[in-house]
Amino acid sequence: MAEKNAQVVLDKVVVRFAGDSGDGMQYTGSQFTFASALAGNDLATFPDFPAEIRAPKGTVEGVSGFQVQIGKVDIFTAGDVADVLVAMNPAALKSNLKWVREGGNIILDSDAFTSRAAKKAGYEGDPLADEALQAFHLIQAPISSLTKKALEESGLDNKTIMRSKNMFALGISFWLFDRKMDQTLAQIDAKFGQKAPEVAEANKKVLYAGYHYAETVEALPSNFKVPPAKLAPGTYRHISGNIATAWGLMAAREKLGLKLFYGSYPITPASDILHELSKYKHMDVITLQAEDEIAAVSSAIGACYAGHIGVTASAGPGIALKGEAIGLAVMAELPLVVVDVQRGGPSTGLPTKTEQADLFMAIYGRNSDCPAIVVAPGTPSQCFDMAFAAAKLAIEHMTPVIFLSDGNLANGSEPWKLPNMADLPAIEIAQPPESEGPFHPYLRDEDKLSRYWVTPGTPGKEHRIGGLEKEALTGNVSYDPRNHQAMIYTRAEKVARVAHYIPKQSVVGHTFGELLVIGWGSTYGTLLTAVKELWEDGYAVSLAHINYINPFPSNIKELLGSFEKRLVCELNIGQMVHHLRATMPEFDYISYNKIQGLPFTVSEIKARILEEL
Amino acid sequence: MSQHIAPTLTKKDFSNDQLVRWCPGCGDYAILSAIQNAMPQLGIPKEDFAFISGIGCAARFPYYMGTYGFHTIHGRAPAFATGVKLSNPDLNVWVVTGDGDSMAIGGNHFIHLLRRNVDVNVLLFNNQIYGLTKGQYSPTSVQGQVTKSTPLGAPERPFRPGELAIGAGTTFFARTIDTNPKLMTKIFVESAQHQGTSLIEILQNCVIFNDNAFSETTNKATAADNQLHLEHGEPMLFGKEKEKGIRLNGLKLEVVTIGENGISESDILVHDAKEPDPTLHMLLAKMELPHFPTALGIIRAVDMHTYGAHVRAQKEAAAAKAKVHSMDQLLRSGYTWEI
Repeated sequence: MAEKNAQVVLDKVVVRFAGDSGDGMQYTGSQFTFASALAGNDLATFPDFPAEIRAPKGTVEGVSGFQVQIGKVDIFTAGDVADVLVAMNPAALKSNLKWVREGGNIILDSDAFTSRAAKKAGYEGDPLADEALQAFHLIQAPISSLTKKALEESGLDNKTIMRSKNMFALGISFWLFDRKMDQTLAQIDAKFGQKAPEVAEANKKVLYAGYHYAETVEALPSNFKVPPAKLAPGTYRHISGNIATAWGLMAAREKLGLKLFYGSYPITPASDILHELSKYKHMDVITLQAEDEIAAVSSAIGACYAGHIGVTASAGPGIALKGEAIGLAVMAELPLVVVDVQRGGPSTGLPTKTEQADLFMAIYGRNSDCPAIVVAPGTPSQCFDMAFAAAKLAIEHMTPVIFLSDGNLANGSEPWKLPNMADLPAIEIAQPPESEGPFHPYLRDEDKLSRYWVTPGTPGKEHRIGGLEKEALTGNVSYDPRNHQAMIYTRAEKVARVAHYIPKQSVVGHTFGELLVIGWGSTYGTLLTAVKELWEDGYAVSLAHINYINPFPSNIKELLGSFEKRLVCELNIGQMVHHLRATMPEFDYISYNKIQGLPFTVSEIKARILEEL
Repeated sequence: MSQHIAPTLTKKDFSNDQLVRWCPGCGDYAILSAIQNAMPQLGIPKEDFAFISGIGCAARFPYYMGTYGFHTIHGRAPAFATGVKLSNPDLNVWVVTGDGDSMAIGGNHFIHLLRRNVDVNVLLFNNQIYGLTKGQYSPTSVQGQVTKSTPLGAPERPFRPGELAIGAGTTFFARTIDTNPKLMTKIFVESAQHQGTSLIEILQNCVIFNDNAFSETTNKATAADNQLHLEHGEPMLFGKEKEKGIRLNGLKLEVVTIGENGISESDILVHDAKEPDPTLHMLLAKMELPHFPTALGIIRAVDMHTYGAHVRAQKEAAAAKAKVHSMDQLLRSGYTWEI
């Protein structure tokens, strides 16, 4: 065995796994992520998979990728480019090469690089003879044949054997980054131990084979160490945005002691919220897989009407279908929560890719003057806090709240320091004042202008509500012109006053200066990393990342006015900048947009900021 | 249901001070009155009723009731009602809809409500026309019907609500008519007692846009011959002297006269509303003038698990097995680590 170089210590590293949709790359990436989290790294992940469940094997269209950045330093994104790419076939190499840093390592399954596979991936000649590969450090590992060899006495059929080759790649990665395998071994036992012990054994054997191969072979000159990050003490777990959204809603339910009703129709990338919530029927969660998007929102509004937390979720195409019903919830003044996990559009667009292009729809996308509260989390774990906040705002202000997540948040993940339920704020349900006369369903709280949530089953307060214009106070149907104008203003003012009940807009960096970067939603990690890296280079730049979009926090005008320039970065054609221009026309804004179904990279943001400094 | 004992309620408790704004002579008035008569007979506190409607003339119904009510959007009342009932099973939920609301824009929600067997009652006001939009044909208008939007006659075959509902798996289907308040009240009471979705088709006359649509059925002179009043366990007899009956001939129904061609009462079908197999119920629901009388009464009333009962059973089973019962436990379940 050749002498290896000493371990190389890194602050952070980006690893990308790529293979056929059926190769188990998401699983491999997740296991590597878990092991890194347990080793104490900060991290962020980015799954990149096709809309098709199994596109033709071996084609570029069928490649599924998973990227993770791990670090001893704070990590806010999955990284611009990979330091290490694991490519299971020529198609994976072809489609992922652009995501590898020059000089980075590429580990590939050399057995998979047959001339037939190369042709299928669209290569004209031998992919490995490609001059472009000279910029990288290539590690050709015969993963398929070594997997076969490891299992030659297992008695398993060839298909099952080939299915475990991802474990070989994982074994290599574990050695390469000095990761412990305990968690993965335990997980394999939990998954297959009972049902198919021979498959569990095979997976473990191949995992070890990969690890020992990496340890032995000279092609890998050294391994890397990414020491633990300095994270705040506490109990941590790994969380994705969709799971955090589900749990945030459940947390609001538990605080209130009501039921959570979730009406939903399956749609990428929102379905995982339905899958998650459907596991907790015993915790007063009701999930209805409705017959369509309209039934989903309507049933949720029905639940609100009956006095419970009604939530519906979808992606853009589904939210478009729900518009009329959301308008009814605005009119009936019911506390509906609408989750929009945005994806590339318009129309069916790019189902598995991310975009921030439903902001206009959230703010304006209903008939008539129909205001809604709009909030957006910035990281996967913030989905928990903001989903909780969305339910709290809806109930305390008695009006729909639209929660804008996106594909990047939904499927991306990060370590999360767990909150305690006792530390979450209370959610107050205001009771109508006692009075002798008839009950008035549109009597309002003087400060918030919210009406009271009096629900069927309450004796003596029977009343009717609906989509026809309401007479102020009585809620009776009214066609009176002046009443209508007053009600339009009241509903608008009710939403505007929410500004006094939400946190003030925070800023990263100085609260005044030359340039303020403005962002919202899943771009937070990238914008934050770019700003912090520019500080290290001696530049002064600040970041305002907006979680409360409609209405804006009460201090936002003062904050924006404290900078000479405002650069608004978003993954659409310029919707937030339009909203800012409409609400604060006294300022100039610079708009920076990317609409490729992909997040910004840190280097793109840094370059754009530097143009302004 | 509310804790306190329901006081004896009267019809007046189910009305309110709002002006009823249907056209004079509209069949809806009789339906409203029959419902207000039926409600006190159910022994349910008034606050536990919720009337949910969509859009259309019929959908204004909740505004005229003294109960809780929610006038929602076009076609979606079954979905709203599903959310209401599943989140508060103690409520007695009624959907009020019309032939346009439930058969056209809301067709999808209508069939899925029936398929799920959510324990709500559906009043389907079928007047075979669009009233509130002023006179276009509806999915139940007869083929060839001349309306504002079909000056040359409606080209489409109509839906028969009963046929559609039985096809969608309804566990309860009754048909009544706005000119028969006694029958309406009786059916409303019985439908409320059915566990599962109860669909009641009410043949309702629109005096403005489709007057006399059902006059062949309702005319005093011809009613006895054109109406078959079904009673569970009773033979399907009709006619002034109950001299006519319905017989099964092969896979088809036929009208026969007792005493003619050797027909006796033993040849006449006996109505079994509780038979789970819907074949005969479908044939009865499809009977149409002039060859058959219109079937009225409860055509189908079958006991089957409701959606709510399924969900409750699942919840109990899950609770018995679950290891996680609170959010603090859930947050700390699975893989966590300390720093």
